[in-house]
Amino acid sequence: MREVMLIKLGEIVLKGLNRKNFEDKLIRNIKRKVSALGEFQLINLQSTIYLIPQGETADFERVEKTVGKIFGISRYARAAQCDKDLAAIKETAVEYLREILPKLRTFKVESKRSDKRFALKSPEISAAVGERILEAFPHLSVDVHNPDITVTVEVRDFGAYVRGDSLPGAGGIPIGTGGRAAVMISGGIDSPVAAWMLAKRGVELVAIHFASPPYTSPRAEQKVASLLKKVAEFAGKITMITVPFTEIQENIKAHCDEDFFTVIMRRFMMRISEIIAKKYRCKALITGESLGQVASQTMDAITCTNDAVKMPIFRPLIGMDKDEIVEIARKIETFELSILPYEDCCTVFTPKHPRTKPVLRDVQREESKLDCENLIRAAVEGVKITEILD
Amino acid sequence: MAGKTSIIFRYRITHNFEFLEFTSRFVNSFFFLRKTIFLLRILSYNVGGRIRARGGGEAMSEVYLDNSATTRPCKAAVDKIVEVLTSNFGNPSSLHERGFEAEREVERAREVIAKSLNARSDEIFFTSGGTEANNIAIFGAADANKRRGNKIVTTSVEHSSVYNPARELEKQGYDVVYLRPDETGRISIGQIDEAIDADTILVSVMMVNNEVGSIFPVEKIKKVIEKHKSPAVLHIDAVQAFGKISVDVEKLRADLVTVSAHKIHGPKGVGALFKRKGVRVTPRTYGGGQQQKVRPGTEPVALIAGFGAAAEQFELGPQYDRISQLNRYFRERLVDINGISVNSPQDAVSHIINISTNEIKSETMLHFLSARGIFVSSGSACAKGRRSRVLSEMRLPERRIDTALRISFSKDNTRADVDELLRQLKIGMETLAHI
Repeated sequence: MREVMLIKLGEIVLKGLNRKNFEDKLIRNIKRKVSALGEFQLINLQSTIYLIPQGETADFERVEKTVGKIFGISRYARAAQCDKDLAAIKETAVEYLREILPKLRTFKVESKRSDKRFALKSPEISAAVGERILEAFPHLSVDVHNPDITVTVEVRDFGAYVRGDSLPGAGGIPIGTGGRAAVMISGGIDSPVAAWMLAKRGVELVAIHFASPPYTSPRAEQKVASLLKKVAEFAGKITMITVPFTEIQENIKAHCDEDFFTVIMRRFMMRISEIIAKKYRCKALITGESLGQVASQTMDAITCTNDAVKMPIFRPLIGMDKDEIVEIARKIETFELSILPYEDCCTVFTPKHPRTKPVLRDVQREESKLDCENLIRAAVEGVKITEILD
Repeated sequence: MAGKTSIIFRYRITHNFEFLEFTSRFVNSFFFLRKTIFLLRILSYNVGGRIRARGGGEAMSEVYLDNSATTRPCKAAVDKIVEVLTSNFGNPSSLHERGFEAEREVERAREVIAKSLNARSDEIFFTSGGTEANNIAIFGAADANKRRGNKIVTTSVEHSSVYNPARELEKQGYDVVYLRPDETGRISIGQIDEAIDADTILVSVMMVNNEVGSIFPVEKIKKVIEKHKSPAVLHIDAVQAFGKISVDVEKLRADLVTVSAHKIHGPKGVGALFKRKGVRVTPRTYGGGQQQKVRPGTEPVALIAGFGAAAEQFELGPQYDRISQLNRYFRERLVDINGISVNSPQDAVSHIINISTNEIKSETMLHFLSARGIFVSSGSACAKGRRSRVLSEMRLPERRIDTALRISFSKDNTRADVDELLRQLKIGMETLAHI
């Protein structure tokens, strides 16, 4: 018996003339991801991708984990392949589901016959297979409305497939179809989630991290790299750019009104990020801002930071509650890393009474006390680049 | 050094062009100077980082002043461990010659540790370290004594491996009293006297506090227990005292005493519990019959032998005098740096001194010093809310807690180390942004 994986495409099947581009991209992404796990043949037919192992059988537990993290897939399932022959299909169903069926109480069989040359019609296939299953596992009963498992038989041009329930895929659209953007990542809970959300929309990521040694530690930087590694399992390779930020923070601290510290700092971050983003052919910035979460994320504060750059800024978390963000962080396994207690560039020098309603004119006045151009130039020149592999 | 050169070289190649262009444009401006300093700073940061990442502590002169966290294993311990691992791999419980050799190795170490504590060797039980020894002592003694009473007396500044077991016992229904220190970190025998009564079954007090180095009057506790006709067992966590000041179980009249190897230049992963003959503790783990069933499991022979070798090395008197001189020297010179306060009491142990800069956050100063090859501990604040329990319990001002540093000496430290620390502390105070 040969095991394969059936992958159902997500919303890309709704695309019009671009559909082929999306599908090709997804197939390339899947190929690249599974190539580490063995040799596979990929066939794309009727909005299903067939992942067929070549040679010796592959480790399907790992294939399952990997495929579950590829964006652009709505559902996926492992299946047994057999000859297009009713007797073979019946035996394959009993054999392939031998481990799971004894643990369940109810089932139903669904059939799809896309090869109309096959002698039996879909309901007839279902009835025959159902009968054979009942015979082999007499404790089961049929429930067509709410079964514990739905056994699906698909009769295709090049073979028949038997499978149990499918699993939900990662959703979204394939990485690389949504352009490239730079995510600003501090090490907190929010930014990795923001990065993941845009990766889900097909965006390829570059990550920008601001480090302020000795106010922040090498461990804080390591923590960000570990977070990105988790995101990269979904988003593919990420280029991490670490910007030396000490000089700028010290200057703001020394020359500007303390209450404006955070908003001025964030304007610097935006400007530097925009320069780096352009250099890396990114078309947008991504932040983990959530409206009203902290003083620098009020509407007035965002107005002031937004003003510093022209590039579009995506804030996927803007309307989310902390609980909702944490839930995703747990799902993508970044939460435990995010809560490691190292100082990051956003927690050092926090003013005691940050302005929650800064006025742009005041901010600009405070900022004019600094030699912005040269500070930014020095920071951009001093970047360190690390490739985070998926 | 090869690594250092190549990094600088690579940096030059990548940035030469921009650098030159930049230089010509700004040569007459004051920014040039600022810019150069900044570039050099980035450079020195990266270079320092790389070298340390490769573990080349020797390449840079290193000033290790975090000896209360852990110590560098001494040569005798390392040699002993290698010797046992390579040529004496037997299981001490095996009956054959190989096993017997291993058993002898363990017993030799047991005798050394026993002697250093003025105990008998059948009163020494090897554990995986201080944490396990403390857990066996606290849970084991509470359980074995639970019919005699319900009260446990300890302090609010114990090490987490005593404090958290005590909190767990509280959850299980024991009545736990946590004595609080005064602003100088001291706990008086009067406080202990007030807390103990006839219902008290366990008293656990550390000998030397790990963050500020204050010495608690543990040698007077047994007398108080007897005065109150209390059935209490006396446990003393002596991890920070062992190898520095005399830990004599007879003078202390202790029932249980915890010590650890890696604080005395031995290996990590091994410690010991002294349990006075006749004192009962319920075991935490069950297994083979090793170590009188108090702590079963095949003994880590190499680590235990290394522990023994390290314990043979320390001589309390002369070594500690040298450390005391260093401490005095450091305290005297500290006056030259404005605004620093000392959080350790005057009569604290000499190898631990806790200070506050009052201006620079602990973590910032720690990383600043670390980048210059000086290693100290923050043992304290972080903006994300892990504030030192010990300093908080001493009711120090917030600012002082958030800027605290712990410096801990070993016999290997020199005056030059202290000078370098003072010099860099001063530079840090002058150049780093204040909170």
